[in-house]
Amino acid sequence: MSAETTPSDAFLELRDLRIHFPTDDGLVKSVDGLSFRLERGKTLGIVGESGSGKSVTSLGILGLHNRKNARVSGEIWLDGAELVSSTQEYVRGLRGKRMAMIFQDPLSAMHPYYTVGNQIIEAYRVHHRVSKAVARKHAIEMLGRVGIPNPAQRVDDYPHQFSGGMRQRAMIAMALCCDPELLIADEPTTALDVTVQAQILDLMRDLQRDFNAALIIITHDLGVVAELSDDILVMYGGKCVEYGTAENIFETPEHPYTWGLLGSMPRLDRESTERLLPIKGSPPSLINIPPGCAFHPRCSYADRTGGKGSAEVPELSEVRGGHKVRCHLPANERHAIWESEIKPVLEAQ
Amino acid sequence: MVTYLIRRLIGAVIMLLIVSMATFAIFFLVPQIAGATPEGMASRYVGRTASAEDAKIAADRLGFNDPLVVQYGRFIKGIVAGAEFDYGPGVEQCPPPCLGYSFITRQPVWPDLLDRLPVTLSLAVGAAVLWLIIGLSTGVISALRRGSVFDRAAMTLALAGVSLPIFFTGLISLLVFSYGNPFAVFAQGGHYTPITENPGEWAYNLILPWITLAFLFAAQYARLTRAGMLETMGEDYIRTARAKGLIERTVVVKHGMRGALTPIVTIFGLDFGLLVGGAVLTESTYSLPGLGKYAIDAITNNDLPKVMGVTLLSAFFVVFANLIVDLLYAVVDPRVRLS
Repeated sequence: MSAETTPSDAFLELRDLRIHFPTDDGLVKSVDGLSFRLERGKTLGIVGESGSGKSVTSLGILGLHNRKNARVSGEIWLDGAELVSSTQEYVRGLRGKRMAMIFQDPLSAMHPYYTVGNQIIEAYRVHHRVSKAVARKHAIEMLGRVGIPNPAQRVDDYPHQFSGGMRQRAMIAMALCCDPELLIADEPTTALDVTVQAQILDLMRDLQRDFNAALIIITHDLGVVAELSDDILVMYGGKCVEYGTAENIFETPEHPYTWGLLGSMPRLDRESTERLLPIKGSPPSLINIPPGCAFHPRCSYADRTGGKGSAEVPELSEVRGGHKVRCHLPANERHAIWESEIKPVLEAQ
Repeated sequence: MVTYLIRRLIGAVIMLLIVSMATFAIFFLVPQIAGATPEGMASRYVGRTASAEDAKIAADRLGFNDPLVVQYGRFIKGIVAGAEFDYGPGVEQCPPPCLGYSFITRQPVWPDLLDRLPVTLSLAVGAAVLWLIIGLSTGVISALRRGSVFDRAAMTLALAGVSLPIFFTGLISLLVFSYGNPFAVFAQGGHYTPITENPGEWAYNLILPWITLAFLFAAQYARLTRAGMLETMGEDYIRTARAKGLIERTVVVKHGMRGALTPIVTIFGLDFGLLVGGAVLTESTYSLPGLGKYAIDAITNNDLPKVMGVTLLSAFFVVFANLIVDLLYAVVDPRVRLS
């Protein structure tokens, strides 16, 4: 970080965050120049396929990457303090207290040998000098707050004695027990039954309102972010390819990749005979990111960029009012494609 | 829980019966299939100059002429109810658990075993303490500093440890530390002083066997611990622990080691049970009068009652250790239910 950077006035701001992992096969650029801002009480959805760098970003914000095998550069500003250049000890003190995380699979994310209560008590006592009894009372209160029936009894159960949905509720209780201002949920509903997913999303929305926390939801499922997010950031190959409000993304998506995500989103109101619109190909290898626009090998419109697709990395440029897109296609052409080719198909489904 | 325990205990008794039958069969049936007569077998116990007549009397007295089932029944009855032995000049009472009399020394086997047990137990306990401390700490440090000089050195040494047999490391250390000047700092083996008599001397005499035995096991445990730690430290719950803001030491000790060391409880229980039944190689190398040495001597002399006795006792320790390990596992891993 250069000395002349100005502190961020946002609650959370990432500036040009890069997280690279040197491996024997080459440099893995999991996150490559990511920037965004997030205020308290707001929700940002980060969307992308597996390997797009979503989870690496979230672990990076929490400072959970081993500095021996990860190269982190750029800036992460949390409430006026820069974290990338801070000591590990400083960031550790923030973890769990001011920023907390909800993980994907609560069964593997909780220690199998300790009771749920024990694990929440531990999380609380790291940051509060209180007796075990006080922390236990707090744990029971938190479990009750996330909707676990009989919290005073369930507090002594082990994670394997909880159902999947209850475990995720317990995980949320653990994350929220120190009243964090930033909450990151990494695929919070992916490991859950469909019927439970909606409950967990409702719970998270309610709790966020109560706690007035900034919330980042990481998911590959646009349906999840549609429910909760104020803003949406679409990631592809370690970079942001589109950023805008939820309305921007769902009503006037600009990037062909976003179109693909929308087209491959299963919806209950669809006729079952109709096909989804899958994105052809598979996500890029993060060691050999395709030259130029990382998405061009899979893009149906790459031939309309006049050869720029594979030659130049497109800039993230503003379309209007904070809605940004990283695409070589001229704005009017994108509009034309969206209006005439994509939107009718999506609406017909 | 109680039903489980009863079922396991019945299983243990059946297991011991099978072991005793197998041992019995090996020592009685196999020679007979190979063509040995009862007299021929008895002649081994009456000396080289004995006549055929003497051998016949001996065979009668040792019961070799009875059907095998009867002989086996007599043996089991002795364990449960005791037995009387008529060895010519008089009748000897053998209270339960009677494992019979040595064919050669005419000493009852059970008191012999009780004599030898403390030696093996001393050896096993001392070595176990050493190998647990060294093996586990080496494994944990190696895993946390994977690829470091310490890790490489420790794992090379561990490879040597698991590869080199006791009779090699034992003899080398005897050569260097007992017979070699100026390193002759330890006892020359063959000595055992009960801890109740002189604890200092007890330890002094045992330290070389302890180190030799512990080297082998420490090497195994270091490798196991390292592998377990590497796996555990990559678990999601370790990431969760870090995400809570725990200091790294708590993450490693409370979350990492707790997960990695639990399986080692099982392995340790079995190893220890096996060892208490006789550390054959170590005791032979250092001429320690323990159960392992006893077993070797008994086998060499074809002294069946001794072999039966020591085999059954060893089997008992292994079966018992298994049971303890299973019970303990239910305590250390809450996911395990005994049913």
